[in-house]
This record gives sequence, structure tokens and C-alpha cells, in this order.
Amino acid sequence: MTHPEAARVAIIDYGMGNVGSVARIVSRTGAKVTITDKAVDIADATHLILPGVGAFPDAMKALNARQLIAPMEAAVLRNGKPILGICLGMELLARASSEVEPTQGLGWIDAEMVPFPKSKTLKVPHIGWNQIRHKRRETLMEAMDDGDFFYFVHSYHMVCNNADDVVAVSEYGGEFVAVVQRNNVMGTQFHPEKSQANGFRLLLNFLMHHG
Amino acid sequence: MSFTRLIPTLTLKDGRVVKTIGFDEYRDVGDPRTMGKVFDSQDVDELVFMDMTASQEGRDPDWVNIKRFADECAMPLTIGGGIASVEHIRRLLQIGADKVTLNSHAVKNPGLVTQAANAFGAQCIVVAIDAKRKPNGEYEVMVDGGAVPTGLSPKEWAMRAEELGAGELMITSIDRDGTFEGYDTTLIDIVARAVDVPVIANGGAGLLYDLLEVINNTKASAIACSSIFAFTDNKPIKAKAFLQDHGVRVRPI
Repeated sequence: MTHPEAARVAIIDYGMGNVGSVARIVSRTGAKVTITDKAVDIADATHLILPGVGAFPDAMKALNARQLIAPMEAAVLRNGKPILGICLGMELLARASSEVEPTQGLGWIDAEMVPFPKSKTLKVPHIGWNQIRHKRRETLMEAMDDGDFFYFVHSYHMVCNNADDVVAVSEYGGEFVAVVQRNNVMGTQFHPEKSQANGFRLLLNFLMHHG
Repeated sequence: MSFTRLIPTLTLKDGRVVKTIGFDEYRDVGDPRTMGKVFDSQDVDELVFMDMTASQEGRDPDWVNIKRFADECAMPLTIGGGIASVEHIRRLLQIGADKVTLNSHAVKNPGLVTQAANAFGAQCIVVAIDAKRKPNGEYEVMVDGGAVPTGLSPKEWAMRAEELGAGELMITSIDRDGTFEGYDTTLIDIVARAVDVPVIANGGAGLLYDLLEVINNTKASAIACSSIFAFTDNKPIKAKAFLQDHGVRVRPI
């Protein structure tokens, strides 16, 4: 455990995130925050956050176009720095998504993204506050209980091939993955930066995690 | 399954938060930054912030005051008014929006809805529909701050907007806006039944019972309101407690 004030957070800017609101809330923890698309900032950071609002194929194209994948791989896979993917950022951690057209993701979590089945009884996108339930205890979810509310806005959800990677689930027309973690690679389908006190707690937990 | 969202909506005009009546008269409510702080401290489910006269005045969104407001918000924020391009949306997301509403420009250029949904995902794109009742009793979609009729029925435009890629719709009754007379549940239900995406009901709440009525009598997924919080002693926390007491599933504050 370290203090959040000691963290240097690189928020990856690939032109598709609500980077402003993520940066604002993370700054409230006392951490040093940089919004960046530069390899040097990624190398210098202690923690990475991959936000994202948008469609999967455009996001992968944007990460490639800005040559962000190699520096992120170096930081996360080689140097073991913690990364938190938020919403679309979490989805990008998967192997692939069928959104718009089949597209390969970063593949750091062994999982695929699939759409919610839209119907008269299930409004899609899933928009709003929903409750989580823990599958296993992780530092990311410290001081959080079953039934805590987080804010979701998404049409696709993650299907993990390793049940061990699933930290917490939520319910929308059936159970779906809300929080995923494999070692230093973490993701939340919800928006912690928009989830008020619970989201702030999760971000603090993330910043106290070190690789 | 899902929790009914209660969404205060705020309208920006000339750098101030105002409240309209029938989209026409204005009453001052406060400074954007102060209002952002107030609603942030109340832990509301979401906020809608509209630069209402941008389209009418043919100008870009008021970036400066939108940012002053968004800077105070740690809750989900939807921003609308005068959004005419994918670039506008990108800039609003950078400022701190989570979703945007398209209204007049979506009617004039329906391709914008599809472009925006492809670029940012359907979940980010809310099509806002303002409707007025004609003397013959039929509803008509109005644009440019309610000033210009379109000849479209809210039902057909809602279905088209969903097809174009909107992830959510917000339906506002211009006739009820700011009147405290209650929602136009007929209009809202016509739209909510026509589509499979979530629909936000807006316009006319004056009593807490009005909130309950729109949930019990329509298929809307969320309730938006403004005057009830600006000009009565009702606050979001009280409204939610009321709804919960009446069996509505809401996120407790």
C-alpha cells in the first residue's frame, strides 16, 4: 500500500474519452494527474487510466494511430504498472468485440465483448445506477459492499473465459461483469468518476495498488 | 432490473441558469458554477444541462459557461443545445459531458445522429424531442427552442431517431414546460412505447405526485424536472424518498 498522493497518474488521451471529468475526480485524491498521448508520460507514470466513451473499432484505431499500444504494453505487461480501464476502456482490455464490426482488442483480459439482447422488456443501452455483487475480494473493491451503487452507460458487456478474472457482477436481464481484474490489469464497466462517493473510494483503492 | 432515474434539468441563457415557461418567458435561477455545486452536493442521479437558445441564435454552445458548470459535477452529466457536429460533441466530452442531446440539428441533418453514434457509441447520444399540441389535438415536433414547427409527429421522429442510432430519447412537452401542471403522460407514453431505448420524460412537474404519475402511467425510464426543484421546497432527496415510499425503485440517496 502506498498513498494516493504518491501516485503519478497518466490518463490516456486518444481523443475518445471523457478525460476531463476523469482527471477532475482523480485530482481530488491528491495524485498528480497528466492527460496524455505521449509515450514518455506513460513511461513516467506509476498508474495508468484508460477512459473511453465511444465505439470499440474507432477506439482501437485511435490507439493505433497515436502509437499508444506499444508504450502501454511496456508499462503494463513488462513493468507491471496498474492500469484501470473505465467503460469502453475496460472493453478494450478484452480480446475482441462485435460492436459495429468484429475488432481485436488489447487482449490483456481473456474475454470478449457482446451486446445486451435488446427487447421490449430490456431497454438497451443499460443506462443508470445499478448495484454490484462481489465475486472475489480484491483491494480495488476494499470497503465496498454487495448492493453498492455505481453508474453504468453501455450497450456491450464482457464475457470472461476465466471466471477468476471476475471481481464483481451486476444484474441487467441477467448477470454481467461489472469489475474485472487480472493481476495489475483492472477494469470497471461502470464510471467510477461519475459514481460519487463509491466511485471516489474505488479510485483511491486503485491508486493505493502498486504493481 | 433497473432503477428509475430522477434527473434535474437546467437551462443556460446569457451566462445564467434560468427556468422557462412554455419555452418562452425566463426566470433567473442562479450562476452556473453555484448551481453545479448545489446539485453535486445533493448526489442526484444525473443532470441535464441545456444551452437552450444556441440553435435559435445560430451559434456554437457556450463553452465557457458549460465548462464552469461541468467543473463542479461528479455526477453523470448530459449537455445539449446548439450541437451541430461531431467536433462539438468531442469538445463537450472533453469538457466533462458524458452524454449529449441532439435536437434541432438532428431534425435538420439526421445523418448527424448516425455519425455521432458511430463515433462515440449509441449510449452517448440522446435525441431530445420538443413537442407541442396542435389545435386539432395532434402532437408536432418543434425545433429552434420550440419556435419552428417541423411537420413531424413525435412518434415517427422517435422511431426514426432510434433507427439512426440514438441510445436514449428525451421527450419534452412545450405546453407543460414550467407550468407545474404535471407531465403530458399521453405524449410521453406514445414515445416511450414506440422505441426500445430508454426514454426520459420531461416538462411540467409541479408536485411530487406528478413524478409518480409519469412512472406509473407511462413506459418512461427516467424523470426529468426543473421548476419543482428551482421554485418549490422540494429537493431531489425528498422526491426520491417520496417515490420510494410509493413503491418506485430508485437509488437511495
